[in-house]
Amino acid sequence: MGEDNSNVVLLDFWPSSYGMRVKIALQEKGVSYECRQEDFEAKSSLLLEMNPIHKMIPVLIHNGKPICESLNIVEYIDEVWNHKPSLLPSDPYKRSQARFWGNYIDKNVYSRGKKVWNGKVEEKEESKKQFIECLKMLEEELGEKPYFGGDEFGYVDVALVPFTSWFYTYETLGNLSIEAFVPKLVGWTKRCMEKQSVAKSLPHPHNIYDFALKYREAHGYE
Amino acid sequence: MEDLKLHGFWYSPFTMRVVWTLKLKGLAYENIEEDRYNKSPQLLEYNPVHKKTPVLVHGGKPICESMIIVQYIDELWPQNPLVPHDPYDRAQARFWVAYSEQLFSAVVPLIYVDIADDEEKEKVIEKVQKLLKDIEDQCVLLDDEKKFFGGDNINIVDIAFGSMIKFLVTMEDLNKLKVLEVEKFPRLHSWFDNFKNVSIIKENLPNREKMCAIMKYIRERKRELQSSN
Repeated sequence: MGEDNSNVVLLDFWPSSYGMRVKIALQEKGVSYECRQEDFEAKSSLLLEMNPIHKMIPVLIHNGKPICESLNIVEYIDEVWNHKPSLLPSDPYKRSQARFWGNYIDKNVYSRGKKVWNGKVEEKEESKKQFIECLKMLEEELGEKPYFGGDEFGYVDVALVPFTSWFYTYETLGNLSIEAFVPKLVGWTKRCMEKQSVAKSLPHPHNIYDFALKYREAHGYE
Repeated sequence: MEDLKLHGFWYSPFTMRVVWTLKLKGLAYENIEEDRYNKSPQLLEYNPVHKKTPVLVHGGKPICESMIIVQYIDELWPQNPLVPHDPYDRAQARFWVAYSEQLFSAVVPLIYVDIADDEEKEKVIEKVQKLLKDIEDQCVLLDDEKKFFGGDNINIVDIAFGSMIKFLVTMEDLNKLKVLEVEKFPRLHSWFDNFKNVSIIKENLPNREKMCAIMKYIRERKRELQSSN
């Protein structure tokens, strides 16, 4: 007997890497869901009701009850739909390592990446250096494994792969070549994109780029 | 005998979380007091990414980040469970645990705030109180009917917040100001009173004067460093 799929709603914003994580997890588990796009200039009353503290997407609404924060949602999905494939390892030590890297990605990738495509021009070189440093750290953790999870795609892969849809934007607006610095990580990206759950959940990098340009025009450099 | 070693700072809210968890589970461990100004080579080897405490070393394998350590301990030693069983309750617990980290970030400036600068002081206090208000008003786990976030017994959310409120109280002592005002935050106030009186917590809550003294020292050293640069 599976869990009831009929009441799974995702509040999302399509360019968000955090939203993509949830989509990948739901796809991995074969869970059907309704995806509702939010407009950041005009957040829906549902979003404000379901996430009154942060007022941010993604929010998963399961049987009317909200779960917020993307990696939190990924763990929830893994526990509720606990058939294979498992996203988190079963071994407690490996699980602690997965959570550590999920946390590292949360603390570093988005903020450093944003400085590259939308940061102050005079800080550009330093921002690029910091961003590459972070990717190098992740590449070191990946090592020779096919996935961060080892032989199987898992939690850390889900946490990181959405940001790769932004690589074209980072490279073009940041004027850098990510592959030159972290070729193994780029290899991992291609491997992940062969998975249906990832390919279906990530927007085309050119669409992200168009979004980034419009965003910069509307909000200016930060 | 489990091979458990804890690298930490006795005064750090993050280390406290791990100490409380180990004690609640009745686990023996070797405590290694680190010097923040002269970290041991072992610590730097065990936590090369962040170079921070606490680090729990179990059978030679390191686990970093306080709440990840707490979950790890809870998974291996299920007596006096700290993490709820139900997936939805677990998700709620994880959400509020993450919120406690935001609280820490807002409280830390109080170590260095210039209390003579009223405007700066008010700005910092306002930020902390906004977060406290969200917990007071929005956290469904904080109930007038229940003693703790965990219900009748403390759980992972109590540990996460308990350490941060202890840290906040230290900042209040350090700067002679009141942030967690009982009129504004009656539930949190009452909860913290209950929390402090749990026997394991009471036995392992660092002394208020000592906490104030160490924070004063840390502040002085930072000011010395800044003035010499």
